[in-house]
Amino acid sequence: MDDAAQGRVTTPMGKPTSNPYPEMYERDHNVQPAAFTPIYKTTVLRSPRNALLTMDHSLSETTGPVFNHNELGLLDNDLILNYAKDGEAIGPRTIVHGYVLEENGRGLPNTLVEFWQANAGGRYRHKHDTYLAPIDPNFGGCGRTLTDENGYYYFRTIKPGAYPWRNYTNSWRPAHIHFSLFGEAFAQRLITQMYFEGDPLVAICPIVKTIPDQGAIDRLVAKLDMNASVPMDTLAYRFDMVLRGRRSTLFENRLEGN
Amino acid sequence: MSQTIGYLKETASQTAGPYVHIGLAPHQAGFDIFQNNFGNVLVGAKTKGEHIIVEGRVIDGSGNFVRDVLLECWQANSAGRYNHPGDRQNKPLDDDFRGWGRACSDFATGVYTFQTVKPGCVAGRNGRTMAPHISLWLVARGINIGLNTRLYFSDEEAANAADPVLNSVELPSRRKTLIAQRSQRDGKVVYTFDIVLQGENETVFIDI
Repeated sequence: MDDAAQGRVTTPMGKPTSNPYPEMYERDHNVQPAAFTPIYKTTVLRSPRNALLTMDHSLSETTGPVFNHNELGLLDNDLILNYAKDGEAIGPRTIVHGYVLEENGRGLPNTLVEFWQANAGGRYRHKHDTYLAPIDPNFGGCGRTLTDENGYYYFRTIKPGAYPWRNYTNSWRPAHIHFSLFGEAFAQRLITQMYFEGDPLVAICPIVKTIPDQGAIDRLVAKLDMNASVPMDTLAYRFDMVLRGRRSTLFENRLEGN
Repeated sequence: MSQTIGYLKETASQTAGPYVHIGLAPHQAGFDIFQNNFGNVLVGAKTKGEHIIVEGRVIDGSGNFVRDVLLECWQANSAGRYNHPGDRQNKPLDDDFRGWGRACSDFATGVYTFQTVKPGCVAGRNGRTMAPHISLWLVARGINIGLNTRLYFSDEEAANAADPVLNSVELPSRRKTLIAQRSQRDGKVVYTFDIVLQGENETVFIDI
């Protein structure tokens, strides 16, 4: 049984804390997008106008769902093969890998990572996507995996294409992969998007520009990772993600976990 | 200058977008890919407690239904315990209840549904008990970072009146936006919980 399954939190120093599930660090709104960002027009009617309610965390926020390997299929993390009908998905063969960490630097083990994306032409397999680029009959565009005991994940896919969307007349989304992350607590739940190093569309994307901090934007851009690439086969990109960390707690008059 | 502390920063959120269903609910996007899908039915025949339906609509600032929203719920079982190693309350776990589900609003009607059980009370901070509640998280196109709220139950008036979170809503008139209304339909218990993103009767969202 690993530490998380036993309800122990290992701190950066490796010492387990006695209070296993204290509250999470407060969310840094300087790096997170605001709800109301008129540059991304759809937010205008879908953003609360009242201030969010501030509360102290209880068990409802510091716990969250646990998933098991037997809930996933063997090909769930291989988008080249998991919807293959009469051939493999078309496009640049790509590995995406990295760690899911929390703000103290600890890898989050056994946490569910889900991902979805457009095909190599920039078209989604979705009944609402009418972009003129063709559907790839062998590409579904979604997958999922659980991190290992160190928080490491990987999956294989094809590199998605850029595509136009109606925000301004000529808005284009940079190539991106959507990620959904759980962590160990409902307060860590996060959805984000990964971009690719060197894409000039990132800097002019209205959705990217909802993020108020350039460093936070840069951390959404995956780096080409030649060491993880497979020669004559597949390029790799490295993408680490960070979820909120847990506060150390004063236990029996000793500050645990620092 | 001083030393630096090596905390990492939380990854920035980005909208789930209009095609969130592909990744998180592919059936709704129009195709079948996974053997096992995560869905909106939290209960099996053996799950203990009062089986209920939670349903409602998400409404935008112009009064229109948001038909492409995805919601997730997280809750304690009928005894008031979370199925998670961090919950050390001395209450029974229910092997037939994880306490988590995922629902999409219907593209035509805008209605979302969960089939679950009514949760028990959960210990809050400082020895206070929280009224039965379900945590909800919603994402969609046009929502930059997931919105969190809580659903409480209309037939729990006394517990609601003592709930530390409900009481922290400064305007009492806004507390009712967190109360689902109980009714009966075809012999089933239904709690209706509409979520208003913006404007009059805007739901209280929580910076959890």
